[in-house]
Amino acid sequence: MAPDPGLTLVWAGIIGLAIFVYVITDGFDLGIGILFPVMAPGPERETAIATIKPVWDANQTWLVLGGGGVFAAFPLAYAILMPAVYAPLIMMLLGLIFRGVAFKFRSRTTRIWLWDFAFFGGSTLAAFCQGVILGAVLQGVKVSGRSYAGGWWDWLSPFSLLTGASVVAAYALLGACWLIWRTEGAVQDHAYRMAWRGGAASIVAVGAVSLATPFLNHDYFSRWFEAPGIYFSAPVPLLVAVTAFFFVRALKRRAEMAPFFLAQALFLLTFIGLGISIFPWAIPGQVTIWQAATMANAQSFMLVGVGLLLPVILGYTGYAYWLFRGKVGVEFYG
Amino acid sequence: MFDDISALSLARFQFAFTVSFHFIFPAFSIGLASYLAVLEGLWLKTGRDVYLQLFKYWLKIFAIAFGMGVVSGIVMAYQFGTNWAAFSDKAGPVIGPLMAYEVLSAFFLESGFLGVMLFGLDRVGKKLHFMATCLVAFGTTVSAFWIIVVNSWMQTPQGYAIAANGQFYATNWLQVIFNPSMPYRLTHTLLGAYLTTALVVGAVGAFHLLKDRKLGRAAQPATKIMFAMAMAMVAVTAPLQVLAGHEHGVNTLAHQPAKIAALEGHYESHDRRAPLILFGVPDDAAQQMHYKVEIPAIGSLILQHDLEASTMGLDKVAPDNRAKVALPFYAFRVMVGLGMLMLLLGAWAAWGAWRGRLFETPLLHRLALAMGPAGFVAVLAGWITTETGRQPFTIFGVLRTAQSASPLDAPAVAASLMAFILVYFFVFGVGSWFILKLMAGEPTPAEQMPDPEQAADVGALPPDAPFGFQLAE
Repeated sequence: MAPDPGLTLVWAGIIGLAIFVYVITDGFDLGIGILFPVMAPGPERETAIATIKPVWDANQTWLVLGGGGVFAAFPLAYAILMPAVYAPLIMMLLGLIFRGVAFKFRSRTTRIWLWDFAFFGGSTLAAFCQGVILGAVLQGVKVSGRSYAGGWWDWLSPFSLLTGASVVAAYALLGACWLIWRTEGAVQDHAYRMAWRGGAASIVAVGAVSLATPFLNHDYFSRWFEAPGIYFSAPVPLLVAVTAFFFVRALKRRAEMAPFFLAQALFLLTFIGLGISIFPWAIPGQVTIWQAATMANAQSFMLVGVGLLLPVILGYTGYAYWLFRGKVGVEFYG
Repeated sequence: MFDDISALSLARFQFAFTVSFHFIFPAFSIGLASYLAVLEGLWLKTGRDVYLQLFKYWLKIFAIAFGMGVVSGIVMAYQFGTNWAAFSDKAGPVIGPLMAYEVLSAFFLESGFLGVMLFGLDRVGKKLHFMATCLVAFGTTVSAFWIIVVNSWMQTPQGYAIAANGQFYATNWLQVIFNPSMPYRLTHTLLGAYLTTALVVGAVGAFHLLKDRKLGRAAQPATKIMFAMAMAMVAVTAPLQVLAGHEHGVNTLAHQPAKIAALEGHYESHDRRAPLILFGVPDDAAQQMHYKVEIPAIGSLILQHDLEASTMGLDKVAPDNRAKVALPFYAFRVMVGLGMLMLLLGAWAAWGAWRGRLFETPLLHRLALAMGPAGFVAVLAGWITTETGRQPFTIFGVLRTAQSASPLDAPAVAASLMAFILVYFFVFGVGSWFILKLMAGEPTPAEQMPDPEQAADVGALPPDAPFGFQLAE
């Protein structure tokens, strides 16, 4: 019994999709948490949180599918990576605990400031740690045999801190753009201002990460700057520039939906860029997806479930978004 | 680093701590979701407002309990990799897909319809909302199914082989899923969840009956209904649970006799007429039970339905394959003892109802109130019994716990354990406090007026919303 090479590719795609959906959906939930301190207590914060209350839980579930999916489809990669990013992973989980319960607790207490702080701190910590984990994986981990061979602080580097900060900035951008779409009046005006700043910070951060990544190891460098890799990689920065241009134009014209979807397009391009750097490694330079993949009969058994259930999941998730569509107003609080 | 005992014990303690804390919430929310579905169904069928009152009252509590279950559950999804990397690598090809099915068939269903259940009544109408409630309840049960499949396969593995690289893989998925202990463990766990919820609902009802009595006022109809429903559930479920637990034990004897020997406290084998040890102080070093109180021959009777049957003791198990007796032995007695008290509570309530004195028996209400947390204690004791009883293995008989851990140094595991302990006690302590505060309020019609604090929940809802009240958090 061994992995099936074709199904391994399919599974890499499914995991990539799950992580991507997580990032662009829970990304705006976490982004609202990150922006919470610059929002005024009262109507602005209540409106912002009301826009995500019905959907954040489902958004977060994609993280379980992403993590659980790596375990299920690439158990060796999961077994090596989880101990390698032990500290940031556990801090991310603790951040998500504070963020998650803050939704429920803040409406049940007079100490709302405490749970607003938990909402901000938990969201920011979770976002930052997700970025750190990304950086730690990109910069590579020590492997010996079938297990992690490094120490429990190996993940910490200027690069992983940079990727951590980048994810915080980029989620804040998503959060601001989501609020532009879903609110109106003063809350929306503020969201536009936050989107400008978040956009600038994200472009700087993504630019810095993009410049640093190729120099992490020679393999990344050749993929980005030497033929034949450059034929695949060169369009990505160009498309980023084009998307950024349209994003700025949309903000200037005070478009309502376009900034959010253009921000998501930027995420998609970044994601493709990461794919170009990493593929086909599950653990860069150490373990390929084919080495890490689970057995063929597990791959096909799970694929049946994905084929039957993923369309249904996307269907009712879309239904829930549609159900809670429209502007979330502030007049209701007056 | 695999021989580093202290990192291993810390990892074990961390798993026990995070899974025990986590399990408290699903043990409650599995039953509560079904209770909510029943309440909403009764409301739709009878049109009586009292059921809607009860639905809203328990929905607020459900939202908090479910939320805590979700966030503590995400920790579990990653705990396998962080602390049990070697296990994840080896067992991944078998249990990974089962857990993927749990995410796909349960987690998305629950989280997708939870928003509708909490905030959607005025947007989707009664019938669709009822469907959302039923889907959430169904999701909690499906989730229990898959995770019990995983646990049961680790207890009674079958349908697998071991590849050259050391990984387990399935040779027959149906055998993996329908492994010998799964149906018994699933039934026992689900009944445990229903009992836990019934005891909590019953205790809240009893608390308000006692309070109303003390203040000399008539009990609210909603209070009476919740108490009666809860006691009916206990009266029916407790005997079923005793039966299911017994069958589960018989099944364990067939597949994990060493575990039975440990939880029964049988260090020695008996050719015939094995005693039932009621109590004692186990001593693993001497392989002896001190101060034991026992009934002759009943052990054979209970497990094998034959006074003359022989039983296996730990002396038939290789010394390095023996579980430490104390935890499973004591935990088992706690669980069974509480089960007997539940049986008593159910019987007493049934008797009271038959005599028409269900709401006028303060002593019964006091017992019901005291038994409120009994379900949680019993399910945790049950889990401690089954999990410590299968040691020193993670996959019974095949993969040792010591070979399952991550290559981590003790300080890393100790630091994360401390962080979990601090955060869990703070966060879930506060959450439980909010739940208790909600329970301290009696469900009354007056309580459903919109609370401006929670206006945010309904977003841009027009003020003349069809139901004119706030659902939710």
